[in-house]
Amino acid sequence: MQIKDIVQEKKQQNIQILKEYLESFKNRSRAESNLLTILHKVQELFGYLDKEAIEEVATIIQVPLSHIWGVATFYHYFKLKKPGKHIISVCLGTACYIKGADEIVAKLKEELKTDLGGVSEDGLFSFEEARCLGACSLAPVVMIDDKIYGNLTPQMIPQIIKEYKRKHKE
Amino acid sequence: MARLITVYVNNKQYQVEDGQTIMQALDKLGYHIPRLCYHPKLSIEGACRVCIVEVDGMRNFVASCAYPISDAMKISTNTPELRRARRDIVELLVDNHPMDCHICDRNDNCELQRLSYAMGIKQRHFVGERKRYQKDVSSVAVIRDPEKCVLCGRCVRVCSEIQGVFNLSYAYRGFKTVVTTAFDIPIAESVCSSCGQCINVCPTAAFLEKNYTQELFEKLCDPGLIKVVQFAPSVRAAIGEAFGFPAGISKEKETIAALKKLGFDYVFDTQFGADLTIMEEANEFLERLKGNGKLPMITSCSAAWMKFMEQFYPDMIENISTCKSPMSMLGAMIKTYFAEKIKVDPEKILSVAVMCCTAKKYEAKRPELLVNGLSAVDIVITTRELAWMIKSAGIDFVNIQPEEFDNPLGISSGGGAIFGTTGGVMESAIRTAYEIYTGEPLMEIEISQIRGMQGIKEGSIELDGKKINVVVAHGLGNASKVLEIIKKEPQKYHFVEIMGCPGGCIGGGGQPYAGANSIPLDENILMKRAEALYGIDRKKTIRRAHNNPAIRRLYKEFLGKPLSEKAHKLLHTHYSPKYPKGIIPKEMTLR
Ligand code: SF4
Ligand code: SF4
Ligand code: SF4
Ligand code: FES
Ligand code: FES
Repeated sequence: MQIKDIVQEKKQQNIQILKEYLESFKNRSRAESNLLTILHKVQELFGYLDKEAIEEVATIIQVPLSHIWGVATFYHYFKLKKPGKHIISVCLGTACYIKGADEIVAKLKEELKTDLGGVSEDGLFSFEEARCLGACSLAPVVMIDDKIYGNLTPQMIPQIIKEYKRKHKE
Repeated sequence: MARLITVYVNNKQYQVEDGQTIMQALDKLGYHIPRLCYHPKLSIEGACRVCIVEVDGMRNFVASCAYPISDAMKISTNTPELRRARRDIVELLVDNHPMDCHICDRNDNCELQRLSYAMGIKQRHFVGERKRYQKDVSSVAVIRDPEKCVLCGRCVRVCSEIQGVFNLSYAYRGFKTVVTTAFDIPIAESVCSSCGQCINVCPTAAFLEKNYTQELFEKLCDPGLIKVVQFAPSVRAAIGEAFGFPAGISKEKETIAALKKLGFDYVFDTQFGADLTIMEEANEFLERLKGNGKLPMITSCSAAWMKFMEQFYPDMIENISTCKSPMSMLGAMIKTYFAEKIKVDPEKILSVAVMCCTAKKYEAKRPELLVNGLSAVDIVITTRELAWMIKSAGIDFVNIQPEEFDNPLGISSGGGAIFGTTGGVMESAIRTAYEIYTGEPLMEIEISQIRGMQGIKEGSIELDGKKINVVVAHGLGNASKVLEIIKKEPQKYHFVEIMGCPGGCIGGGGQPYAGANSIPLDENILMKRAEALYGIDRKKTIRRAHNNPAIRRLYKEFLGKPLSEKAHKLLHTHYSPKYPKGIIPKEMTLR
């Protein structure tokens, strides 16, 4: 409960910072040409394109939300969803690839019910790819936050995911 | 007039005007180049490349909708290479499309079908991965099925350039490109006004109205219900088109007959509701003119406009007339006055409305409009849905024996009929307000200043030496323009009529699809439909709402006076700001 309040407070602070930042864009014509710069700022502040923040942007620079959404989804570097509490990076480096990383990806997709680059339905995991995590001898490799899991087989995945979910329920 | 230039089309020499696109010039010469993303009322996107032609000296085929014609140009429209290239383009669309025609709402009236046929596509070549999406059935009015979308972008442009709603855009990229709302939120939670213009312009079934025909067919067989239906002025002005009649022929009595054959017990006229609206609205205006309430007063009968206003201009709520729409007023009278008259429990009445409009489906579900806890209108179907029901039930509409409206809610004045076209509500309100105010009949009742298809029309009348300025706008984009003027000059107008769709209700989102030889939003067709309504008005002996004897009786027997307490309870409503808040861009790209 308390943590929630802190998170909320932090968010409101960021919204305030964003509003001040947007002040200088308010009366510029061709607001749309500044959109990318602004979206980068939102991502920097919130870690992703937070909806409330984007609504602020739309209102202040007077650009329709749908238009912002079109731009935001066009570029790969914008995160559209709030990152998960844990970051799962699956290594797609050469060594891991040869040892069957694609099967690991397929299994993770199934478990997390999201594609690479997405966030699991429960909001717990971000699912990302990585290039050589420097643990080739353990290939195939997955890193969750800063912990390395090596010599994986697809069968091992559900157990690992379950472990994180369990920790969260406690 | 523009300079004449000489061009060659398939080796034939022609003189054409300079300063137009190849497509425009060829259209006039009688060469109809196939097209998809192009629409004359919308900006040119030049994206689909279905409209390519060959131009001598150019390395690639050019998109004729976007490329200007020039002197001495040699154009080929039908070479084997060109035909193959066009066919490939359409084939790619078809290969990425569900083969659902026989179970699809657009079957028999689909531009993709027509294109595919015209291109001579006989088989599917590249049967690869096809895009997969969920349907969005969240809205009670507008359904979206992205699997059927061919990314022509016409909906995106109509929603922003004509309607000024900006609800849709292309999102993502490459194979994943899709037309969607901001944050992919369901239509029901978006700023969508429910106007249905995206349905009108969509070449396929990617946008559709929420269909209530099955439910209605079932209820029509329920012996425990009294089935009552009303239909809007614009329905009669357009339904014939769905049966192959030319545009502009009123099919009022045929529609009544068909509804009776479908099983309705009573067929009433939304034009009666329109007369009632005028009684309340004209009196409300005169009250405001006396200083009781805010001016300018803005009309409130267009459902899409109401939602738009609550989201985009909530600060103007006080300017909006509190009158319910004709549909909702008549619905309220059906569930009260009429129920009392025939001594039936209003819960036993099924109140149906046939509307030219998809937004009326949304309006009927507004909780503010409940009458003693009951819906004033239980089911709304569009002109299109009714045409389908008539066909599906095997009713021979073309040769049907005409029938008359039922009493007492089927009698209307000419003022009620013209409600369906832009300017009609204002014209009718003026006819009545003038006479109430001055005590004398208005001599010139056809007010030509505010007729016609111009987007914004201004006019003025004298009320006992006082000049009353009025303005009429149709299409939500034009509404925005007028509201921006009012924000700057609040004194400029006294009375404002706004209709959400281009042309007014006659151009509503529920009207018959454009056929093979016409285009959606065609102004000529809109004008013919309007003319059908003006024709009804001219033929009526009673042309002013306040002279309608059935309306007089309704006030005498039931409501008392206009704006009475009872009238307020049953015929007036209120509005409130809505989330998400709509945003009109600073640099408006309205057309
Ligand atoms: S939208 Fe047209 S082409 Fe597609 S399934 Fe429906 S009728 Fe067939
Ligand atoms: S119904 Fe109207 S407002 Fe809604 S998406 Fe379609 S065009 Fe836009
Ligand atoms: S939904 Fe219809 S109008 Fe919109 S882009 Fe797709 S095919 Fe075109
Ligand atoms: S390739 Fe995967 S850790 Fe090096
Ligand atoms: S119609 Fe010309 S490019 Fe689409």
